Amino acid sequence: MSIFVDDDTRVVVQGITGGEGKFHAGQMIEYGTNVVAGAVPGKGGQEVDGVPVYDTVDEAVEAEDADASVIFVPPAFAGDAIFESLDTDLDLAVAITEGIPTQDMAKVNKRLSEVDTRLIGPNCPGIITPGEAKLGILPGNIFSEGRVGLVSRSGTLTYQVVDNLTERGLGQSTAIGIGGDPIIGTSFIDALDAFEADPETDAVVMCGEIGGEDEEQAAKFIGEHMDTPVAGFIAGRTAPPGKRMGHAGAIVSGSGTGTAQSKIDALNDAGVPVGDTPEEVADHVEDFL
Amino acid sequence: MKLHEHQAKTIFADAGIPVPDSRLATTVEEALDAVDEIGYPAAIKAQVHVGGRGKAGGIKIATDRDEAEQYADEILGMDLKGYTVDSVLVEAGVDFVDELYVGVTMDRGEGEPVLMVSTEGGVDIEEVAAENPDAIAREHVDPAFGLHPYQARKVVYEAGVDGDVALDVASILSTLYDLYEENDASEIEVNPVMITGDRDVVAADAVMNIDEDALFRQPDLAELAEESYEDDLERKAGEYGFDYVRLSGNVGIIGNGAGLVMTTLDLVDYYGGSPANFLDIGGGAKAERVTQALDMVFSDDNVDAVVFNIFGGITRGDEVAKGINEALEQFDEIPKKVVVRLAGTNAAEGMEILNTDLVEVEETLEDAVQRAVQNAEEVTQ
Repeated sequence: MSIFVDDDTRVVVQGITGGEGKFHAGQMIEYGTNVVAGAVPGKGGQEVDGVPVYDTVDEAVEAEDADASVIFVPPAFAGDAIFESLDTDLDLAVAITEGIPTQDMAKVNKRLSEVDTRLIGPNCPGIITPGEAKLGILPGNIFSEGRVGLVSRSGTLTYQVVDNLTERGLGQSTAIGIGGDPIIGTSFIDALDAFEADPETDAVVMCGEIGGEDEEQAAKFIGEHMDTPVAGFIAGRTAPPGKRMGHAGAIVSGSGTGTAQSKIDALNDAGVPVGDTPEEVADHVEDFL
Repeated sequence: MKLHEHQAKTIFADAGIPVPDSRLATTVEEALDAVDEIGYPAAIKAQVHVGGRGKAGGIKIATDRDEAEQYADEILGMDLKGYTVDSVLVEAGVDFVDELYVGVTMDRGEGEPVLMVSTEGGVDIEEVAAENPDAIAREHVDPAFGLHPYQARKVVYEAGVDGDVALDVASILSTLYDLYEENDASEIEVNPVMITGDRDVVAADAVMNIDEDALFRQPDLAELAEESYEDDLERKAGEYGFDYVRLSGNVGIIGNGAGLVMTTLDLVDYYGGSPANFLDIGGGAKAERVTQALDMVFSDDNVDAVVFNIFGGITRGDEVAKGINEALEQFDEIPKKVVVRLAGTNAAEGMEILNTDLVEVEETLEDAVQRAVQNAEEVTQ
């Protein structure tokens, strides 16, 4: 088992004719993902790597029975592309795009509360269930099948931690990058809740970073609702207040909320060991299993 | 991106929000010309992106020409929390009896904009929020509908603003929300809104921050962004299109992906060093990007040693290695020691290719950081 995606997931790629979309659709197919359609306005009737392209997500779903989308659409149009997948009633939409204006995401966020579709991202590497499916840009070769769940706000940091786990023979059930923006779809809590319910996930790694209070809330959730052991990592201990550290959401406010220390303390209070280095995170997971 | 007070006030005034008469000055002479036109008392206000300017000595009230000259001379060129003051706003003093706080910001937790009003204006609102949260009234706005006018009135009354000025304050708040939406602001606040003895309301300060991700559709504001850099290296990073933050340490850091670069900074600190910067070169690492990134850290006089950490996902390690070799071969002498660590796709091939006459190579992130910290220590000894 796994969470959110598996080898039954049928994927439509929004923006499949663009550079990124085409390349990563190919990578997803190579990994074994069921990429059943592309959706690009004005490109209906074309094929990309043997995948039929439709003008709208609605047509792609109608014709190919897709139940999930991956969005590789430039920031100016990505909000609209997310709305299209939400309004088509897909089970899952994964938005890879970085740089979507926050006010566009506030409107998306409002719609999310009205539909059943799960959104992962935006500004994220996507989701992978090793050996079954990957939706996004994660490099498939570093992952291995196993029983550790992973949820993270960052892409390359996820790869670093996965690399450390895989090296020790600690494979992964599912790994999710939830994204580095201030307003995102799937939260830490959503992912943790799903991992807790997954009988094939025996331990979870949660990689957070400075900014906002999602990690603090996740810590509370872990303390109150989880039996599955969780190991943590928090990036940005040395970040100065008021500076955006790459990710739009990675910013410590002037008043000192959103600091790494506050998140580490909250996780420790919930019984979650937090590694000082990525290696130490893998040490903690090894201790759990 | 932060706008300067004078830039924000121009936008406010154009939208019909009452602001005091003011002039921007970059020299003492200009400041004196300005006070001659505006009269006394006049506020001389440093135009830098620093909170708490008043407490730090960046705002002074002049009651005559001698004082105006003295204050303008003191403030222009002064160092305010690490920033040099290049210009001052000379502004008509407001004879006020009361000060309010009004603002609009994005509530991340709720994913919705929120209006905030407090009768405890004129002081740091984050202190008010920490010590007396009930003194701030809040009203969330559904971003799909936008602001309903009643919401601005409701939050103003709820904050306990005097009835005779409440509708005027609500009108300012409504306009601020419109500006927030139209300009893709991430935050707008006026602290304080002053209430005069004649019961007029005036926006005496102005904070306006813009969502950098929305600058593509805000061309006028994008131009202001050019003027808002206060650090030459940050300006250069803007030109190269890097995510870059300058810090005060001596270990230069180049990496890919925000979370991993932050982690590299943290590890430098953890192993006893001090990070000089955050630099994310993003996906791919062709020679040109690598050259630009090295130019950034090499041009920072504080940097004594460099750590270059790339986790290749889709980016291939051998391509990154070629880029690093090509970039460093352009130098007659490598100005600062560079430790490289490659991981992920084709990392082993990349490590083979790296020219060890030009760089030092480490297998793990932890080892690479420790070596760079050690290199920096050797320089400073």
